[in-house]
Amino acid sequence: MKFSNVIATGGEWLRGEGPHHQIVISSRVRLARNLRQRAFPGWAKKAERMQILELIKPRVEELPEMQDSFSELLQDLSALEKQVLVERHLISREHAAKSMGSAVIMNRRQTLSIMVNEEDHLRMQSIRSGLQLKSAFKLVDKVDSTLESKLDFAYDQHLGYLTACPTNVGTGMRASAMLHLPGLVLSEMINQVIQAVNKIGLAVRGLYGEGTEAMGNLFQISNQTTLGEKEDEIISRLSKVIETIIEKEHDARQMLIQKKSNTLWDQIGRAYGVLTFAHAMTSKEALNLLSVIKLGVDLGAFPEDRRLPIDELFIDTQPAHLQKSSQQKLNAEERDHLRAQIIRERLRVFPKPDISKVARDSENGSIREPQNNE
Amino acid sequence: MLCDVCKCNDATVFLTQILDGKMHKVNLCDACSKEKGVQDPTAFALADLLHGIGAAEEIEKGASSQKCPVCGFTQADFKKTGRLGCSACYVTFAEGLGSLLKAMHKGTEHVGKLPERAHREMELGDRMRTLTEDLEKAVAEENYEGAAALRDQIKQLKHEKTASG
Ligand SMILES: [Zn+2]
Ligand SMILES: [Zn+2]
Repeated sequence: MKFSNVIATGGEWLRGEGPHHQIVISSRVRLARNLRQRAFPGWAKKAERMQILELIKPRVEELPEMQDSFSELLQDLSALEKQVLVERHLISREHAAKSMGSAVIMNRRQTLSIMVNEEDHLRMQSIRSGLQLKSAFKLVDKVDSTLESKLDFAYDQHLGYLTACPTNVGTGMRASAMLHLPGLVLSEMINQVIQAVNKIGLAVRGLYGEGTEAMGNLFQISNQTTLGEKEDEIISRLSKVIETIIEKEHDARQMLIQKKSNTLWDQIGRAYGVLTFAHAMTSKEALNLLSVIKLGVDLGAFPEDRRLPIDELFIDTQPAHLQKSSQQKLNAEERDHLRAQIIRERLRVFPKPDISKVARDSENGSIREPQNNE
Repeated sequence: MLCDVCKCNDATVFLTQILDGKMHKVNLCDACSKEKGVQDPTAFALADLLHGIGAAEEIEKGASSQKCPVCGFTQADFKKTGRLGCSACYVTFAEGLGSLLKAMHKGTEHVGKLPERAHREMELGDRMRTLTEDLEKAVAEENYEGAAALRDQIKQLKHEKTASG
């Protein structure tokens, strides 16, 4: 599979068909593994990194899950191609900085990507649309079991899987979900939620930026610790917390509809106006406005079939995707113009927001007040 | 105020984050904040940075001149990167790492996935222990026939172990 194929077909998770996909964009589970008695990638000399790569890469490529895969050495990818993979969450920013002695292998559906010689010898990641942490774990767990029969992984009876950073030792697992929380941000309850989640040992950070400054109202929530708890326990704890956050986000949206509807319609109307008519737009502005339109689709102010074009714009307006589509390197000003142009074109057939179609939660007649005492 | 990482330049970047219900403050100089990626929030994990700083200090309390016999890593290297050199480093620096891992994680013992290989070794180990105990008992009871049979079984098991390992 060639890089152009990767670009042409968006990953499965981008199509957003998983459970709770309106609020949970994606679920990811990553396992870190290392070979016994071998220096970790950050400490190994180039020759040793190449040896390790030689040992691991063929074993990964022959996985049944990796038939028809994209497999590339990092030194053979351009800076722009690496950046595209980062924007799709298929490799980490740290991995994109690697060159000789590192590789990435991923399947056609882009649900499984394996980094060789990132911070650990192996970083295996599964990414799914919506809230699907369990099935994401199942996939990487299976791949791990297959690889373990062919590679000698560093494992200690007491400490579990040994990793370059002590923060990953034990399960070597990081499970995370990307959440779209405009309701909690607009109702200024997001910091409260973040603090409550932090208190129970889970990490929340803005996907781009911190706290209320998070661009596009996108947040990533993940487990903080990896030792002393089973994989499935970590995952079910995380899933439960995410379900609670989903409920709070729904409550916040209903509260906005009931009590701050003027502000809400103003935001949606402005976002629509600017996106439809602007001729220059930064990545930050685009993300923030697209987030408001996405909220509008969720609430029914735009027809449901407008969801996919908006979701796609979140990725397609990122710097590397823009430059890849224009086949040339652009400076910041040129990017801002192109970004606005692409958005205008995609929104040309977009109907005006219709607030009379907004679904109001009237199951029990009244709206639950958000709780302040957590 | 000095930078928490290099401890020589004046701190210009001040960060606060709540982790596990505790407030953490980190002060960094310009150079270190750039190096740790603080300028780029997408790549930056304060948790990792905090753990890195704490970890260096913990390891320092342990043996200071130790070097990992497998990879040559020292505690000074850990202080620089917050990462270890190889899996054997966990044994070399076990003393300092112990309290660090305790502070960092939910527990100190892995309770999750067991690789098939480790699982098999554990089972063989268990069977070996039982057989050895039975053998001692048989010898003590002067049950020489039983002891001979047990010796054969132990021999067989040792063979299995080398074949699989
Ligand atoms: Zn410094
Ligand atoms: Zn070592």
